[in-house]
Parts: sequence; C-alpha cells; structure tokens
Amino acid sequence: MTGIEATTGYIALALPFLAAALAPLLTRFLGQHAAWPLALAPAAAFVILFGAVPGVAAGDVFLFGFDWIPSFDVRFSFRLDGLSTVFGLLITGIGTLIVLYSGGYLAGHRDQGRFFSFIFLFMGSMLGLVLADDLMTLFVYWELTSITSFLLIGFDHHREAARRGAIQALVITGGGGLALLAGFIVIRELTGLASMTEVLAAGDALRDSALYVPIFILVLCGAFTKSAQMPFHVWLPNAMEAPTPVSAYLHSATMVKAGIYLLLRFHPALGDTTLWTTILPAFGAVTLVVGALLAVRASEIKITLAYTTVASLGLLVMLIGVGTEAAIVGAVLYLIAHSLFKGGLFMVAGSVDHGAHTREIDQLGGLGRAMPVTFAAAMLCALSMGGVTPFVGFLAKEELYHALEYADPYYVALMIAAILGNALMFAAAFIVALKPFVGRMPETIHHPHEGGLTIWLGPLVLGVAGLLGALFYATYHRLFSGPMASAAVGAPVTIEIGWVPHLNLAFALSMATIALGVAIYLLSDRLRAGIGGFLAAIGWGPDKGFDQAMRGLIRSATAITRLLQPGQLDQYMAVTIAVIIAALFGPLIYTGGWPAIPAFPRLHFYEWAVFALLLGGILPVVLATNRLTAILALGIQGFAVALIFMLLGAPDLSFTQFMVETLSVVILTLAMTRLKLSVSDHRPRRDKLQAGFLAIAAGSGFGLFLLSIAQRPFDRSLSDFFERYSYAIAHGRNIVNVILVDFRGVDTMGEIAVVMVTGLAVLALIRVRVGPKGVRYVNPLEKTP
Amino acid sequence: MRTIIFRFVAPYLTSLMVLFSFFVLLRGHNEAGGGFIGGLIAASAFGIYGIACGVAPVRRAMYFHPMAIAASGLMLAVLSGVASLVVSAQFLTGLWAFPGILGGDVGISTPLFFDIGVYLVVVGAISSIALALEERDTD
Repeated sequence: MTGIEATTGYIALALPFLAAALAPLLTRFLGQHAAWPLALAPAAAFVILFGAVPGVAAGDVFLFGFDWIPSFDVRFSFRLDGLSTVFGLLITGIGTLIVLYSGGYLAGHRDQGRFFSFIFLFMGSMLGLVLADDLMTLFVYWELTSITSFLLIGFDHHREAARRGAIQALVITGGGGLALLAGFIVIRELTGLASMTEVLAAGDALRDSALYVPIFILVLCGAFTKSAQMPFHVWLPNAMEAPTPVSAYLHSATMVKAGIYLLLRFHPALGDTTLWTTILPAFGAVTLVVGALLAVRASEIKITLAYTTVASLGLLVMLIGVGTEAAIVGAVLYLIAHSLFKGGLFMVAGSVDHGAHTREIDQLGGLGRAMPVTFAAAMLCALSMGGVTPFVGFLAKEELYHALEYADPYYVALMIAAILGNALMFAAAFIVALKPFVGRMPETIHHPHEGGLTIWLGPLVLGVAGLLGALFYATYHRLFSGPMASAAVGAPVTIEIGWVPHLNLAFALSMATIALGVAIYLLSDRLRAGIGGFLAAIGWGPDKGFDQAMRGLIRSATAITRLLQPGQLDQYMAVTIAVIIAALFGPLIYTGGWPAIPAFPRLHFYEWAVFALLLGGILPVVLATNRLTAILALGIQGFAVALIFMLLGAPDLSFTQFMVETLSVVILTLAMTRLKLSVSDHRPRRDKLQAGFLAIAAGSGFGLFLLSIAQRPFDRSLSDFFERYSYAIAHGRNIVNVILVDFRGVDTMGEIAVVMVTGLAVLALIRVRVGPKGVRYVNPLEKTP
Repeated sequence: MRTIIFRFVAPYLTSLMVLFSFFVLLRGHNEAGGGFIGGLIAASAFGIYGIACGVAPVRRAMYFHPMAIAASGLMLAVLSGVASLVVSAQFLTGLWAFPGILGGDVGISTPLFFDIGVYLVVVGAISSIALALEERDTD
C-alpha cells in the first residue's frame, strides 16, 4: 500500500473515539490488562498512517473528506502530507506506549476506565487536529483538545491543585482557541478560502493584504497559548497535577505541540515577513532561556521536565520564526527528537515515583541498581536531550546551530540564547536522568523496585527509537524528517545531517554547550539557590497574575450582577421600561425620521364612543386610591382596543384581545391579593412622578413608532400570498389561523413551548416555600391536600 | 366572591364555556377562532369555577394536573409535525384526509391536531398559574 484511502483514513480517525467508548467496559472486565486490547486501537491507527508514509515521502498529499455544513461551505476534510503524517505517527505511536504505560501506572485505580476514556478522547481530538484540512474542522478539534486536556489535568478532581491546574489550562488554551477561531474567520472572509490546502497556496495574497496583522496576531494567540510561550507558559507546569502518563503524553507528542504544528503549518502562508521573523524569535528566545532557568531551579522531577518542555517549545518557536530552510529543518528534527526523549523521560519520572514514592530530586539517589532497565531508558533519553551523538537530539542540535551561525547581531543574539538554553537543558536532563540513579541511596527509600513490562517498555522503546533514528539517519530523513520539513518550508527539502560529527563551527559550539552543561550540572545546587532567591525578590509572576485576573473577573461579575439584579421589582420594571424607551426613541432621534402628525380623522359616533371609553378608562387608573380599581380600570383600555379591532374587521384579534384582557385582569388581581400589599398606594411623590414620566415616555414612544410605521407604504406581497394560498394549500378560510397552525407552524410550536415553560417558571415562583431553616424549596407540581 | 348565586351558576357557566371553547377550537380553521383563543376561554372558565367554588373542586374536575395537560399538548403538537416526516414530507407539513362522515366532508388534518395541542398547552399553562394563585397557603 502506498497511499491512504478515505475509508481507512476515517477508520484511523475514529479508532481512538471507539476505544474511548469501550474503555470503561473493558476495564471493568479486564482490570489493568484492558490496556493491551485498548492499545490495539492507536496501534492500528499508527499502522494505517504508516501505510501513507511511502507515498508522502514521495511527495504525495492525500486529501479526503465530505461536505459537513454545506450552507456555510464547511467541509469535514483531512489532509495527509509530510507534516500531518509525522505528527499523526507521533500521536498514535507514543499514544500506544502511553496507554500501555497507564495500564501499569494506574493499575488498580478506581477510575482507570474513565482515565482510559479521557486519554483516548484526547488522542482522537489531537489526531483530528493535525490531520484536519478545513479550518473549521481544525478549530473544532483544537477546542476538543482543550476540553479533553481539561478533563485529564483535573482527573484527580478531589484535589484543589488539580482543579486549579485544569481550569487554568482550559482558560488559557481555550481562550487562545477563540482567538484562533477569529483568525480563521478573518482568513475566510478575506480570501473566501476554507481549506488549508487552498490557504497555503494563497500565501502571497494573505501576506500582502491589509488584514495580515490581525490574522497574524490572532493565529499567534492560538499557537502561543497552546504551546505555552511566555507569558502563557504558566498553565504547563501547573498541568503537572495530572497523572504522570498524561504529562508524558501532553508534553511529548500532543497538546503543547499543537501550537508548534499550527506555526509550522502556516509558515508557508504567513511566514517570511518582518513581523514573523521578529516576534516569534523574540518570544521564543525569552521562553527558551526563562524556561530552562526555571527547569534547573525546580527541585521536583516532573516540574523540571515541565520547564524543559517550556524551554524546548521556546526553541522551536524561535527556529520557526527565523524561518530559513535550515532553521525549519532544525525545528523539525528537534520536534521529533523532543517528542521521543520527553515522552520517555516523563515515563521514567513516573517509574521513579512508583518505585521510590517521591519525585524530589534531593531525596533520590542510588536507584540504578534496583531499576536497571529504567536507568538505561533514562540515560538513552537524556543523551538524546543533551544532544550527544549518536542520538536524534544530536542531529537536531547540529542543524539548529548550523542554521544560526551567521555573523549578524540578530543571529548572534539568538545563538547565545540557544547555547545557554541548550546547556541548561543538558544539565536538566542529567539532573533528572542521572542524579536519582547514582550515588548513595537515602535511607528514606524502602525497597525500590522495577515496574512491570508495561512500565518500562514505553521509555525503553522511545529511547531506542531516538538512537536508531540517528544511526539510520538516511532512512529517517527520507521517510520522516524530510517530508515534514518540506511541508513546513513549502518546497522540497533534502536533509543530510548525520551522526558523525564534522569539524566545523557548529561542532565547536556543540562542544562548548556540552561543557557548559556539565558545569551547570555540577553547580546545579548553587544555581538553584541563586534563581530561587531572585524569584523570591521579584515575587510577582504570571501564575499569580492569573489568580488575580480570575479574582478580578469574579469581582467585576459580582458588581455587575449587583447593578443589574438588585432584587427590587420596581427597579427591574423601571430599568426595563427605560431600555424600551431608549430603543423606541433612539432610532427616531438618530435618523430624524419623526412621523408627521396626521390630521384628525372623521369618526363615526360609535368610534367616538370607543374613544371616549378609552379616555374614560385612563382617569380611574391614574386617580384610583385602590389598587384593585386601578387594575380593573386598566382592563377597560384593553377592551376598547379589542373593540377597535372588531370595528376594523379583525374578529380573531379582537376575540383574543378580549380573552387576554380578562385573564390578565383576573391573574393580576389574584397576584395582588396574594402579595399582601397595602390596599392603596403610599409611595412618595418623587417615585410617583418618576413612574409617571416613564409611563408617558413609553406611551408616546410607542405612539410615534406606530405612526411612523403607518406612514410607510403598505407592502401587500405577504397578504396577497396568504389570501391566494390559504385555502388552496391549507384548506382553511381563516387566514390568521392558517398562518398560525400551517404556514408558520414552527413559530407557533416555539411559542407554545415558551408558554409551557413560562407556566412552569411562574408555578415555581408561586410555590417557593421557605423552610424551617430559611432554606427555600420548590415543588412546582405539588397538589393541595 | 362566593355568593350563593355565583356558586350556583358557576358550574353551568363553566361547562358552557368549556363547550364553547371546543366549538371555537374546532371551527378555527375557517371562521374566527382557533386553539389559542379556545384555550384562553377554557382557562377563564376554570378560573371562574375556581373563584366561585374554590380550587380543590377545579383540580378534581380537571383530573390531570394542569401542567401535565400542557405537556401533553406540546407533545401532541410535536407529534403532529413528526407525522409528516413518516410520509417523508418536511417537518410540520399539513396532511389532509376528507372522509365522508354523516353525509358531509369532514377535513381531518395534522394542523387540526396541532391546534388541539396549542389549545391544551394554553389551557394547562394558564389555568395552572391561575389555580396556583387562587390557592391560599396552607402553612
């Protein structure tokens, strides 16, 4: 097989979701062994995607999909090229190992089935994200990853820290996702293009358009929040509250790489502008150095690894920003290498935690003898992370140094950041992978032991893969890194870097990095104290800033609620009516379309009678000292209006008006008697004047509004239509009723649903009882005994 | 309000009004009337009965809880729309049959059932509000 058919493509996309549905059931019957059959799902998806590799390596692009929302020109479509295929392979391949690892790591956990479900949902969303071709499809999967990662990070939901981490991740990445949506919409509006394939081809049009800056900023917001660039990096270390398999997955192949994927994907379309080559490297370099410093400062394995991920993402963004062919190749090589070694190291961290029951680096040591396989896997990954030959990390580092070796201040600055960051990461790698395994074992650790097959398989496979990739670099470049880089550059790229060092500037810098890294490793305790002191001196960081922003949000929401919902009926009424008045007068004042006051019409004597009734009814409303009288007198207005309807030949309307008036008087009266109000009105004069003013304003507003409508020429097209067809189509002679039940039946259905819900709501309000302890409870369906 | 005369008349008045409401409902397609007005008439009939004789007799007379009546009305309206889906027409397309009953052509249609649904919703919702308001707190 050299390609991928639409059917197999859909199967690959659906497999994780299928596994998510089956996971709870399988876990109930098989316990932790459910991991084996479940791992078949991502493994099968991996095999399917691998089938596309030869074709993709030859430069083919596989597209499949179907029309999803045709009215909006949205397709559910997918695209397999070098970039998405390699991402898909990483997601499904590492996903398989993670599932197996979770089986062992969470063995016997009460909610293991749920955990599997979540991680498969996440895997499916991530796979859809990288394969999506249509922008809206991409966005849907993008937000799905935010939501599923929220579930995963907050998996341990009875701990507050886990909940906070989950919410923080959701707020930051979900918010970025909304910015991305806006960006996509702007792209669509601007170019009329909806699919990635077309957008990539229209790169020059995008770059030259007036809206390039907003598109750039919006897409960047999405990518930067997802990929944890400064200052959005805070969610990533806090996401460590998730179980270790989640961290391993989120950090290696998935979540955080989504932003990088997006930048690589859009590089041919949006890249190569001044904005792109300044903003991205600036953010990337700062993130790289700060992340790496924080990594060395952390004293807990997972936190250290989390900050090295932040640093690595910074490095990637920096390289993508530089945007030359060599830089993109460096980014691609580093991305794959990072996925392999970071996934492995996180799983090692989990194994160490499992064996020694602590992740504090200072409390660990001498585990190497008890956990030899884990130690070996850890060293393989760490050597790759440190950029030592012959590992894929080495290839990446050589290439990125090669990309930056120009005697230009811009490149020199980036090179310094890269060397510093790489050296710090080298040190961090060995702090995590070497320190716990060598030296003397502290007495606090009791009987450390190697985990089962599922526990050490993952890191070992990833470590070995990092070695094999570098040893057989020609095949590696031909099948994976080459096509991926070609897709990101937008033109075919050949990569030649191998594991045998050449004596050139890049190699010298590489040696310097390693030397610096060793020095930092040896001095790490002192450095940690120094950075800690510095951070304590600053005090305020983005993490605290997030908390303050959230508190501010809640406080302003409370303030607005207090303003809009003071809990006083007369204020609600006053505000509502004031808004109506503004809505009535606003357009009249704005357009200046004041209606001409028509001449007073000649009236028949019975019309004069109705008019007199109307006026006569108002007086008692205003003058009544008794509320009941006022309500009854108000009913007279309604009756007079109903009479007018009847005189003008609208029996249906007048009929309904009569009934509505009667019932509203009855219900108002009932409500009044229930409210236990004083019989007469005792409000101060000021309130009365205010209410009177509102009433007059609203009344005259409605009057003017109706007048201005009546002065427009009457459009008979709808009346003609209904007159012609109400009997022919709907067999009814009463046009009003035919419209209600036939022509506009869906409207009526909505309305009766509203009537129904209103009834329930009113019932609930009437039925509110205050219990003995002041607790309100409602029983809307309660019957009288 | 509970004068002897009112209490004596109210049951007759109520039954007349309910009958009238059926009449208004059924003739609505060709003459002035329809489900909404019919429902309002029936609701006010129950309201009058309640004012005259108290809430408990009304609830006994209606037998079902008014909200249940409203809900079944909504259901009927939806089902009459679904019926057209069965014959693969669009949702809420009117279906008609003209069986000859008692020597006259009687139009039976899904809009009729839809209108009956509207009637039931209005009767149920409005009278449940009215009844709840009339009811005095027992505690």
